[in-house]
Amino acid sequence: MNFAVLQFPASNCDQDAVHVLQNVLGHSARLLWHKETTLGDVDAVLVPGGFSYGDYLRTGAIARFSPVMQAVKQFADNGGHVLGICNGFQILCEAHLLPGALVRNRSLQFRCETIHLKTATTGSAFTNKIPADKVLRVPVAHGDGCYFADEETLIKLQANQQVLWQYCDASGALTDAANPNGSLLNIAGICNERGNVAGLMPHPERASESLLGSTDGRLIFESLIHALESKPAKAA
Amino acid sequence: MKAKIVITPKKAVLDPQGKSVQNALEHMGYIGVGAVHVGKYIEVELSGTDKEAAHKQIDDACHKILSNPVIEDYRFEIE
Repeated sequence: MNFAVLQFPASNCDQDAVHVLQNVLGHSARLLWHKETTLGDVDAVLVPGGFSYGDYLRTGAIARFSPVMQAVKQFADNGGHVLGICNGFQILCEAHLLPGALVRNRSLQFRCETIHLKTATTGSAFTNKIPADKVLRVPVAHGDGCYFADEETLIKLQANQQVLWQYCDASGALTDAANPNGSLLNIAGICNERGNVAGLMPHPERASESLLGSTDGRLIFESLIHALESKPAKAA
Repeated sequence: MKAKIVITPKKAVLDPQGKSVQNALEHMGYIGVGAVHVGKYIEVELSGTDKEAAHKQIDDACHKILSNPVIEDYRFEIE
């Protein structure tokens, strides 16, 4: 598969994402500078973590208007798969490709630790390889990761099975203590209604090699790759 | 002309910064301190003299980029 990994000024997880896709999973991945207006021949887009445009104004607010994001929006509108990690999730929310927003952590602290994730639905393009009862261990590293959406949106997210991952304890229980940032419903990641765009605050690319302490993050990339390989025809 | 824009978090959104400032004010002994909300203040200098056109433009900018309507409210005046 061909992945495009976006690169904004102050992206800092772009190389990690390329490394995992290329060297760990054996797929093709190339960096795409934010000024590019076309994506070229890609099967999926990855919006990596970092502090795009210094996080000025709001996280993801300025990145949303960069030229490459217009191409990503069109790609997603045509059914192309897009995964946003951390700052990438924030950018996709600001771009209205995903509902809701990420606000300052409840604790006001930058949280950098390994957390546990429960997969709320294994039926999606981003979770199909994750065993239903498996608790994933994946790191988070963010200051603005508190997921917020209004009541109506939350109800819709749950009804449509758009909540993909939730913060939980080691046994899989969704507790307040296991929630690192105050996210509503312990939400760590969601997808859009169509199911082709997803975002999450934790970093699966930092949990894809046993040397780094966990390979659980690979399951997310492998799910996406499986979904892409099962796709009948390429998105235009 | 100058646009003076105030952006505040929506009431329903968790505002830990406001809560933290409120606690500090209380600890410092200020009497009768209620809820505190921390927002943003933005000034935009504008050329031209057409206030109505400026109003329209700034309203659009507030909606599209300067604020996020999911989590924030805004108000502004043109001087």
